[in-house]
Amino acid sequence: MPQVVVDVVLKPEISDPQGQAVLGALGRLGHTRVTGVRQGKHFVLDVEGTPDEAELTQIAETLLANPVIEDVELHLPTD
Amino acid sequence: MRIGVITFPGSLDDVDAARAVRLAGAEPVALWHADHDLRDVDAVVLPGGFSYGDYLRAGAIAARAPMMRDVVDRARQGMPVLGICNGFQVLCEAGLLPGALTRNSHLHFRNRDQLLRVERADTAWTSSYAEGQTIVVPVKNGEGRYVAAPAELERLEGEGRVAVRYVGGNPNGSLRDIAGVTSEDGRVVGLMPHPEHAVEDLTGPSTDGLGFFTSVLTAVVSA
Repeated sequence: MPQVVVDVVLKPEISDPQGQAVLGALGRLGHTRVTGVRQGKHFVLDVEGTPDEAELTQIAETLLANPVIEDVELHLPTD
Repeated sequence: MRIGVITFPGSLDDVDAARAVRLAGAEPVALWHADHDLRDVDAVVLPGGFSYGDYLRAGAIAARAPMMRDVVDRARQGMPVLGICNGFQVLCEAGLLPGALTRNSHLHFRNRDQLLRVERADTAWTSSYAEGQTIVVPVKNGEGRYVAAPAELERLEGEGRVAVRYVGGNPNGSLRDIAGVTSEDGRVVGLMPHPEHAVEDLTGPSTDGLGFFTSVLTAVVSA
């Protein structure tokens, strides 16, 4: 069954305290070359039949992400 | 006057909201999220809690519930709607109010008695107050940080759409200390603090919250 992946991450101008917390932990662990972390969400949808890009875009933009604060990226199966 | 209080799976403060409605002198009407019938109410309160567990985003799934479609339609025709805490999150997700609520900047759940300044005393839910009046009501949230794009914030400030603001400390990192906003027509108001928990001396830090519920009595009559 085709799998469609949707990645959601806060827009760059919206501060991400969870990413900041991870960055702080990395610093304490000695990983000082990591200078930024953004935390997001990763959805994997199993889709029956041929994925309908318009429908999936609508799902991503109206439910999975809040376009007011989040950027969303749709990854359709390539094969 | 009949004021509906919608219960979603995971609502916690619907009973308190209904009690506040009754203390203000109106008739609370219990509404169920999955129904498609507003039961002839004159106004609606969306209570606090964790609707549908808030597993996707706070308020995101509730905003798409059947009853919310009726609320959005009627709100656009001028029916007063008050969203408290999770209810505020639902109103933003439903597109009735601008901006969004995100994780508190310090990542802690914060609950305390909070000082607020009423910035707008001419909305359907704040007319019982005086502009600039300070009130004390409890705040309790983990995702209460109000955010909007810089241009949107400027627009909101310019249009006077900030209904209430935190004073004496910002509990969650909300931009511009915004605790609540109003729709353009002043009929829809959302705020993170809980006025319904400040309506009786026995159970609240003050009775300052009652004004939200008494305000709407005159708002509906004058509509």
